[in-house]
Amino acid sequence: MTRRVPRRVRNWLPGLLLVSPSILAVGLFVYGLIFWNTREAVSGRHDEISPYRFDKGRNFVDLWDQPSWPGAVKHALLFTAVFVAGALLLGAFLAFLMDKGIRGEASFRVVYLFPMAVSFIASGVVWRWLMNPAPPERAVGLNQLFGELHLGALANGWWQDPEWGMAAMALPAIWQMSGYVMALYLAGFRGVPEELREAARVDGASEWKVYRHVVFPQLRPVTLSALIILGHISLKVFDLVMAIAGKQIITYVPAIATYVEVLDRHDPANGATIATYLLLAVALLVIPYLVWSVRAERTR
Amino acid sequence: MTAPAASARTLRILRPAILLLFVVLFLMPVYVLVVTSFKPLDEADPGSAWNLPGHWSVSGWRSAWETLRPGLENSVKIAVSGSLISAVLGSLNGYVLSKWRFPGADAVFALFLFGMFIPYQAIMIPLAGLLTDLELVGTIRGLVLAHVVYGIPICTLIFRNYYVTIPDQLIEAARVDGAGMLRTYWSIVLPVSAPAFAVTIIWQFTSMWNDFLFAVFLGAPDSWPVTVMLNNTAGSGAVAVQYNQQMAAALLASLPTLLVYLLLGRFFMRGLMAGALKG
Repeated sequence: MTRRVPRRVRNWLPGLLLVSPSILAVGLFVYGLIFWNTREAVSGRHDEISPYRFDKGRNFVDLWDQPSWPGAVKHALLFTAVFVAGALLLGAFLAFLMDKGIRGEASFRVVYLFPMAVSFIASGVVWRWLMNPAPPERAVGLNQLFGELHLGALANGWWQDPEWGMAAMALPAIWQMSGYVMALYLAGFRGVPEELREAARVDGASEWKVYRHVVFPQLRPVTLSALIILGHISLKVFDLVMAIAGKQIITYVPAIATYVEVLDRHDPANGATIATYLLLAVALLVIPYLVWSVRAERTR
Repeated sequence: MTAPAASARTLRILRPAILLLFVVLFLMPVYVLVVTSFKPLDEADPGSAWNLPGHWSVSGWRSAWETLRPGLENSVKIAVSGSLISAVLGSLNGYVLSKWRFPGADAVFALFLFGMFIPYQAIMIPLAGLLTDLELVGTIRGLVLAHVVYGIPICTLIFRNYYVTIPDQLIEAARVDGAGMLRTYWSIVLPVSAPAFAVTIIWQFTSMWNDFLFAVFLGAPDSWPVTVMLNNTAGSGAVAVQYNQQMAAALLASLPTLLVYLLLGRFFMRGLMAGALKG
């Protein structure tokens, strides 16, 4: 005789069973492996044969003495600042220009968005060329174009500039992602009820004031979403740097550092420590956002 | 004429002009790619990148095709099978998490969501070890497994947000008629799921096709997708780079996702919006 399963449980048990393969997979591959990676970070194993020796987290401190690491952090932060600000402003600006509708809007959107469909590895091939730092007499790419347009003063060393190289590295990323931001903002603009704008106009507000006091405040959630999405992409930047500069020290970022430590230097402890720092940075950015959006959904 | 009217008129002219300027800027890299890819080798020189080909040639394309073909084949295998499996999993998960909820379903969903954002470096070292133990490292199946597992969060999200719009009464009615969970899914939910399937498959196809990170950590020469092969053509400095071939290769590697985007852009957009957690 089988035991009777309570009715309530019978209602939800099949659902749980159906999702359980995914729960197990995410549990193991995301959370289990994150745990395992952290364990590796404190393993003291700086080569692939040493035994496990818990180092009490010392490697998280020691890493900062590595000559390449502080630079990698600085590069990632500079890249993030330029990329996030650039993509956000350009995307918002394009959406603002398109808000009132424009002839051929669909074509404009197609052009601004297509870079999203292309990998950084592919677009890196041409950006590497456009941002070539060869000196003026042999100038190529954008520098050559600047020369021909009598804008020679704009010519620069691009990503090979020791101070600001990572700002140039952000250009292809802005090219790739600002269309996405444009689409987010355009949806946001169009989501503002026309009655709200109309009401402000009736009150005598100029078109600019309508935007300033009615439309823009409604776009805060869009800005937040865009910031988080651009921010977490930016902290993780890997493909783009690999495609344009490879593993050079001048454009070293944490994601490249993990790759070098694991695959070139065979130092799992350092690789895992860097990866953990990367995870912490992303978690600091994303977890508050997830909590906020789940709450927002509940109150809706 | 009043001042606001004048500025409104300037704006009317200025707006399309600025937008067009950006169209030119956005297309500039494409122009260089296309014209260089059609140049014969002796014309394909960085110094003349902005010129049209003096003599149109497809030799760059031919040699790009030869070089990339194994990678293209691998990418097709990975991206097609991976995106289909992802979509099926996402659909079932999304269905349960929106219509057949169990205690703790919200917590499960939240834990899934965080999985969407993690930097994959943070799991890559143990993942490579795990796949080695499973004898999957360096294989196409190993790459598909990784893509599918780490795609579960976004796929679940897309389907869940889509299924939330199906009225609960429909599901209730089927329940009252005695239909079980799978029966209800099959007869009520699945038939209206086509748009969500399109969004998910396109999204997953694009990200699997464009992936580089998993491929370099978990792939091997005979399972490398096109992105790794393309990156390897960049040259090590020892061999003179054939620019016409390289530009053609970059275009060739991007054609599938570009075509998907141009033909099915509508669905591509919805996938993007789902990524922004917008229901």
